[in-house]
Amino acid sequence: MVVFGCGAAGFAALLAWGLAGLPSFGHFDGAYGQLLAHITVPERKATSVIAVTTFDFRGFDTLGEEFILFTAAVGVLVLLRLQRGEEQVPADPQTPREPVAESLSLRSVATALVGPVLVLGIYVVAHGALTPGGGFQGGVVLMSSFLLVYLAGSHLRLGGSRPITAMEVAEATGAAGFVLIGLGGLVLAGTFMENFIPAGTRGSLLSGGDVPLFNIAVGLEVMGALLVVLGELLDQRLLTRKESD
Amino acid sequence: MSALAYGVAAWLFLVGLYGIVTSRNLVHLVVCLTVVQASTYVLLLAIGYRSGAAAPIFADISPNRRVVDPIVATLTLTDVVVEATVAALLLSLAVQAHKRFGTLDPNEIGALRG
Repeated sequence: MVVFGCGAAGFAALLAWGLAGLPSFGHFDGAYGQLLAHITVPERKATSVIAVTTFDFRGFDTLGEEFILFTAAVGVLVLLRLQRGEEQVPADPQTPREPVAESLSLRSVATALVGPVLVLGIYVVAHGALTPGGGFQGGVVLMSSFLLVYLAGSHLRLGGSRPITAMEVAEATGAAGFVLIGLGGLVLAGTFMENFIPAGTRGSLLSGGDVPLFNIAVGLEVMGALLVVLGELLDQRLLTRKESD
Repeated sequence: MSALAYGVAAWLFLVGLYGIVTSRNLVHLVVCLTVVQASTYVLLLAIGYRSGAAAPIFADISPNRRVVDPIVATLTLTDVVVEATVAALLLSLAVQAHKRFGTLDPNEIGALRG
């Protein structure tokens, strides 16, 4: 604790020194950001500068970012796979391993929320180029609607037919779709990730060229990856380690 | 006032670090790490702020309006994704550690391994 105290005090001093060198709060004057902010609407017709920056101007970074997520989901699958000395406990309705929350109110609220949350997720993904939101944010909302299905039902009953394959397919489709749209730019416009779709009119749902497509691909990918991770973690309840190992 | 946002970032960083150092549970440790990472969001967004400016969403504001920097917002989005993946991987490692050692206390895991 004393060691940490000394270290933290020294670190705090360094941090304060470093922060003092930053531009004072509210007076940032990065030219790049302002340039992007003011050419986005005339050039791409989409109104959300952040979405256009993410998927168009800095699309290549987002490609890497998406594959971080993809790799992490694969990593979780590898880490939590059935290992030596483990066995899958069959989802036997007789065993007293029912989910803790069997209350009727939880079930009815969760069931009632599935539809609205799903629609909200699709809305956030589809309007990513216009208003705050986009594929990453909407993907998380879509994921939570599937989580509500889990809450509304009983996990162990889903045990046999849990659609983990479908989740993996959704994830892979999203990742592949992102690359394919990028390749579309290479084929049709000459440069990888180049925007090759007409920008449309300002404020309409299909404005921004390929930004809405990227949003949909990322939405699928995020939803699939998070569902794979959560599904794998929830599955751990069903695993036991043999005593004799 | 102007130093407040940077102060919040530094405070979050140090509080999270304190949590990591004193943690007795691997899941708690992962949550503390996300607190440390949250300080980077505050720092990034504080750097990009311009006083009196609106969010860079031109859906309902004039195109000539002063806006905050969109680059740091994009970087924050990347940051959030990275944090989520780090947390997911560390939590699965914690699950495996618990299966292997029967405990989530980092000190006991060290003691068991010698």
